[in-house]
Amino acid sequence: MKANEKNDNAHLTTPTRLTGAEIVWATLVGEGVTEVFGYPGGAILPVYDALRKFPIHHILVRHEQGAAHMADGYARASGKVGVAIATSGPGATNLVTGIANAMLDSIPIVCITGQVSSKVLGSDAFQEVDITGITLPITKHNFLITRTEDIAPAIRHAFQIAQSGRPGPVLIDITKDAQQASAIFDFDAAKPKAYEPHPMLSVLDRSLQDAAELIRASKRPVILAGHGILQSNAGEQVRTLAERMQIPIAMTLLGLGGFPASHPLNMGMMGMHGESWVNDSIQNADLLIACGMRFDDRVIGTPSTYSPNSKKIHIEIDPAEINKNIKADVALIGDLRQVLEQLLPLLPGRDGSAWLNTIDSSKGTAAVRDIKNLPDSGHLYAAHVMHDLWRITEGRAIIATDVGQHQMWEAQYYHHELPRTLITSGGSGTMGFALPAGIGAKVACPDREVWVIAGDGGFQMTASELATIVQEKLNINIAIINNGYLGMVRQWQEFFYERNYQSTPLVSPDFVKLADAHGIPGLAVRDRGNLEAAVQAARSHEGPFLLNFLVEQEDSVYPMIPAGKALHEMIRRPGHNPLLERPEDK
Amino acid sequence: MLHTFVAYVEDKPGVLTRVASLFRRLNINIISLTVGHSERPGVSRMTIVADAHDLAGDRIRASLHKLEDVVDVDDIGRAPNVTRELALIKVAATAHNRSHIFELAEVFRARIVDLAPDSLMIEITGVESKIEGLIQVLNETEDRVLEVCRSGKMTMRRGKHSRGVLRAMGAGEPEVPKPVNLPLDTGHDNFADNI
Repeated sequence: MKANEKNDNAHLTTPTRLTGAEIVWATLVGEGVTEVFGYPGGAILPVYDALRKFPIHHILVRHEQGAAHMADGYARASGKVGVAIATSGPGATNLVTGIANAMLDSIPIVCITGQVSSKVLGSDAFQEVDITGITLPITKHNFLITRTEDIAPAIRHAFQIAQSGRPGPVLIDITKDAQQASAIFDFDAAKPKAYEPHPMLSVLDRSLQDAAELIRASKRPVILAGHGILQSNAGEQVRTLAERMQIPIAMTLLGLGGFPASHPLNMGMMGMHGESWVNDSIQNADLLIACGMRFDDRVIGTPSTYSPNSKKIHIEIDPAEINKNIKADVALIGDLRQVLEQLLPLLPGRDGSAWLNTIDSSKGTAAVRDIKNLPDSGHLYAAHVMHDLWRITEGRAIIATDVGQHQMWEAQYYHHELPRTLITSGGSGTMGFALPAGIGAKVACPDREVWVIAGDGGFQMTASELATIVQEKLNINIAIINNGYLGMVRQWQEFFYERNYQSTPLVSPDFVKLADAHGIPGLAVRDRGNLEAAVQAARSHEGPFLLNFLVEQEDSVYPMIPAGKALHEMIRRPGHNPLLERPEDK
Repeated sequence: MLHTFVAYVEDKPGVLTRVASLFRRLNINIISLTVGHSERPGVSRMTIVADAHDLAGDRIRASLHKLEDVVDVDDIGRAPNVTRELALIKVAATAHNRSHIFELAEVFRARIVDLAPDSLMIEITGVESKIEGLIQVLNETEDRVLEVCRSGKMTMRRGKHSRGVLRAMGAGEPEVPKPVNLPLDTGHDNFADNI
């Protein structure tokens, strides 16, 4: 390969005849893509063959699910579109979980799959699977491309769809013959029609006035900040609204980081594992201002008991979310940042100290039981790990979490100061997400400190990506919260199934040895006393490092709202809290 | 209740699946769905009748709009409209008992479009109640209905009429598509109790 071949982007400015495979890469280059995550195979081979001519770095994954999660983590950390590539058949179906995960969390990714030749489509050819049919309900849109000249317009359209409105995944299935044939590539001519916003997006003047009136009249308002605060980059506007009107903010899981945790008006996470005073303030509120969130069932408990005495202002970009779970008194349908910019001029400042004091006083003993105020009994609890990680990294690292107890502890005890620093699977709850998503985040932000936090169960679902870390020489720190159980399921069995721990205890490999087999150094941590030194060892090591935290086995996440219960019916931290044990209790 | 939507969609392979799949995903039964060319080149027109919660209309309309291939959606609701359905009905009839079916067809403004030694075919166009009425009468007169083929509803909003005309038609006030900002009762309180 000639040196100048790789940087020759002349085809972007002059229409050139290229093969379909080359058009795939040329279009991606034109869209600003510099990294893709993928796995080759028969039906996508022409595309892989053409890669050497283009300035795109391909990260070879160990399983296509990892490719989709990496593209997802890449998109969450950078705000750009993540790209995953796979072959037909099993390669494509392995992407499915990752695509569904991106759909439920509205993450912009573009997946490109190879497909059997158009002449044999529908004939059950080798590795033929109807992937556009399979992914129809879990993509914003998908394309089956059988003609070379359609490739560039489809990819450009896919990038527009993935990022516009409420973002989401798009899949492009390209037949092998379309990759092999050639066509004139004209990047500019392939530009999609201008994006037309959803016709039901409407911020009526009257609705803005109504919203402002509700805010001015409210005595006990709460802002509910969701993922939209990040997607729309509306942190400043939400801050202005909160500070000017003295309104406390409760965050959804996916909103964390969108507003600094240390801000005095930030109460923290709401919902199933939110702190009691956060949920109580929502239940007692007279006005909820929902900013880019969708009243997910993990946030509201039950619709009929949710914040019964409050008016609701729902600011949301997807009209299909309005009145879906919770009735809106005023709906402002549009981009959160734009809506708030229209709303803020209608709101003069005011004094909200009475309500803030009420919330403050309701923290009561819940706050005292917080880990920060606990005696050190020497036992190692997951909460300790999260708390110390937060303290040591000053809340500024990018954390990719998996799903389950550790995910909730992370959300409770790692106080994110910066947007796009929590990479977690919210809507879908996909175990195995953390490791590949963390890889995607590190590829997107190579200069940032990235931690993968996973349970012993979820880690084993995608542990094969350890080899990807090594092959890519990525400096990622991995913390396994190892309690020997599928912890969250065990917790449900403890609370709701009479401690019948059916199929939740699990045997794991020695994770430090597993890391060692990959050439990754690691340490096991059993005592709180060794925690900080281990974390610092990982941080100071150039390259990946794995910490296996052997934590209390039957610890539970508190507080918790049981499914089907109201926000105020939460299970509080037990009076006899293992976290409160003193050394002499042993 | 029955909701009637008119959707303009791109005339491309798979679009029908995308629309139908949306209703499946929302667990809503489609009562009828007709599709054909519209006045716009490359754009088909669907009339979709679906049985859903009284206040589900806005969400269905919004969700239809989210489909990339959907160009425009109208929730007809109770707006003044003309709705028609076509039915072909094959009835067992011989030379001995044909004549009263001719009479019935006359009353219902239906036409006989095929006549065989042992059966005849009726074509009827109209509102659903008219078609149901004919089928019911045929059944009650013990004429054996052999086959029924119905097109499903086709709906078009009426043009601009004065209030007086609308009142005379019993159609009420003209209704324009509204933005979604009215409180709705979602009517469900049974969230998943899964982990």
